[in-house]
Amino acid sequence: MKKQLIALILALVPFTALAAGGGHVHLDKMEPDLYDKASLQNGAKLFTNYCMGCHSAQFQRYARTAEDLGIPQDVIEENLIFSSSLKYNDQMRISMQKEDAAVWFGAAPPDLSLEARLRGADWIYTYLRSFYVDDSRPWGVNNTVFPDVGMPNVLAPLQGIQEKVCDPNHHVAELDPLTGNQVGESCLKITKEGAMSKAEFDKAVYDLTNFLVYAGEPSKLESNRIAPWVLGFIVILFFFAYLLKKEYWRDIH
Amino acid sequence: MAGNRNKGNPGLMGWIDDRFPATAMWEDHLSKYYAPKNFNFWYFFGSLALLVLVNQILTGIWLTMSFNPSAEGAFASVEYIMRDVEYGWLLRYMHSTGASAFFVVVYLHMFRGMMYGSYKAPRELIWIFGMAIYLALMAEAFMGYLLPWGQMSYWGAQVIISLFTAIPAIGPDLAQWVRGDFLISGITLNRFFALHVVALPIVLLALVVLHIIALHEVGSNNPDGNDIKKHKDENGIPLDGIPFHPYYTLKDIVGVAVFLFVFCSIIFYAPTMGGYFIEAPNFEPANALKTPDHIAPVWYFTPFYAMLRAITFPMFGLDAKFWGVVVMGGAIAILFVLPWLDKSPVRSMRYKGWISKIFLVLFAISFVILGVLGALPSTPGRTALAQLCTAIYFAYFILMPWYTKFESTKPVPERVTG
Repeated sequence: MKKQLIALILALVPFTALAAGGGHVHLDKMEPDLYDKASLQNGAKLFTNYCMGCHSAQFQRYARTAEDLGIPQDVIEENLIFSSSLKYNDQMRISMQKEDAAVWFGAAPPDLSLEARLRGADWIYTYLRSFYVDDSRPWGVNNTVFPDVGMPNVLAPLQGIQEKVCDPNHHVAELDPLTGNQVGESCLKITKEGAMSKAEFDKAVYDLTNFLVYAGEPSKLESNRIAPWVLGFIVILFFFAYLLKKEYWRDIH
Repeated sequence: MAGNRNKGNPGLMGWIDDRFPATAMWEDHLSKYYAPKNFNFWYFFGSLALLVLVNQILTGIWLTMSFNPSAEGAFASVEYIMRDVEYGWLLRYMHSTGASAFFVVVYLHMFRGMMYGSYKAPRELIWIFGMAIYLALMAEAFMGYLLPWGQMSYWGAQVIISLFTAIPAIGPDLAQWVRGDFLISGITLNRFFALHVVALPIVLLALVVLHIIALHEVGSNNPDGNDIKKHKDENGIPLDGIPFHPYYTLKDIVGVAVFLFVFCSIIFYAPTMGGYFIEAPNFEPANALKTPDHIAPVWYFTPFYAMLRAITFPMFGLDAKFWGVVVMGGAIAILFVLPWLDKSPVRSMRYKGWISKIFLVLFAISFVILGVLGALPSTPGRTALAQLCTAIYFAYFILMPWYTKFESTKPVPERVTG
């Protein structure tokens, strides 16, 4: 009987693991805006200053970023390129070796060129705001979106110190019916202010996420630009093709 | 045969026609190929499939110019195409969206054939060539999906190639022979590249030529399923037939415009189609040590994948996986013999009995449900539903000789009804 009970529990484990693993973490909505250049520029600044110590964006070039975001070349070279070995036309690479990083962090920090396409904007936006103090972890922080992540909270100087005051898995926060974002008491509380207020920090993470969405698919700008012209041409083609067909088919009964 | 038609004419065309049947071919396949005048909406998809084939070949040639078929370079070269090659993103999205569009138009084209009995005598070979095209297309799409070398490329291929191991005795060796390695590696990528860009396109083009030659030999079917060649005028031209060119070429251009509007909207505004055309895990490079949480094939394979997973029980001492592969293979193989399963005296669904109509509707619904189930993680409830739909799918074919023979049909009109 006892054996059967254990077998039953073991048989159910995959289902509970599935329930815990997928999609049950609440993600705040983040609507990217590729035409908000100020936001994208600020995001690029935050990315190069706070993320690029460990993360590359190896498929994205500085020059492309500059052109798409309207940043002059000298501003990019002076403020966003920190490695002397990298030039304006280079890809946004880093000096840290993957082998070293794997030893230091447990896993090599992933390249972030396509992170927004892989995980989605909502995930990044929520993840970066969900670090909390956890002394059991090597970096003293844990994350509610990505439990036991190997990354330190590099944005702590801006955000301040955040602590978990309840279990988010059993806490139902009040949601804004329009945006779907949490408005009520969250399980994560800022206990020591950083350089930014909560609203300012949310905006900064929004900008950073916005930049990663742009960097995931920079062709989206070009795609959006030519789409109406192509579709417009097809509509005109349809109109004339239809009239021509009608004219020829007039005699077919 | 062209014979002595169009011989001895003056001018450049005459010079060519004396040496090559250019005008004769134009007439046989376009300007004097008489198609029934009552083609409806369902008859757009043959020419659209040809359009998509041309799109795939042209965009594929240009993608090949910048793609690096190696495990080390494939993923990065796709991003290079997406960012650094002029309009590379457009070529890539035209190709990836084209793959899905190909299956959309081919599925609708096949359904048209099933609905109007276009596979029935004397068009059995057209159907068989068409099925061979479908088979080659599935192989082409499967191999093409490995090339970007993302996580889903890798693990999708891993799942499908491991199906070979279900074959008793030779299975594991066969799977290794297909991979060319103990696990999927750069060797597999290279051979899939060779097959994807050279071997299978040649096979596909040859089969398309055979498909069209066979069609033009016996003539097109129509929604009424009657024979327009039975009633001809004094010149031997079918009374209900119209020259393919200009009538259907012009009509098809209208269809092309509508198709392109949808196709281009997807390319510009939703190229991943919410993860159905390009799956999100494929934006992470292939990693043999990290299995994704949920491996799902691309949507056009999901009905068959659902059937594979629906077989959860061993039979006759062989395990469930083997029978799953048999069912999946059988689901495609049985389509080949469709012309000989249909014993009905009429071709078109318009004049068949109500049992045929109900079976066709049930077949279509279960195929769509299987497609949805194949994209989702399986649960006991979903598996039961997949089993039911698999049973309906096969019942449509296996019971066909019986229900098409015994049901009463309506009289088929002598002339087409528009």
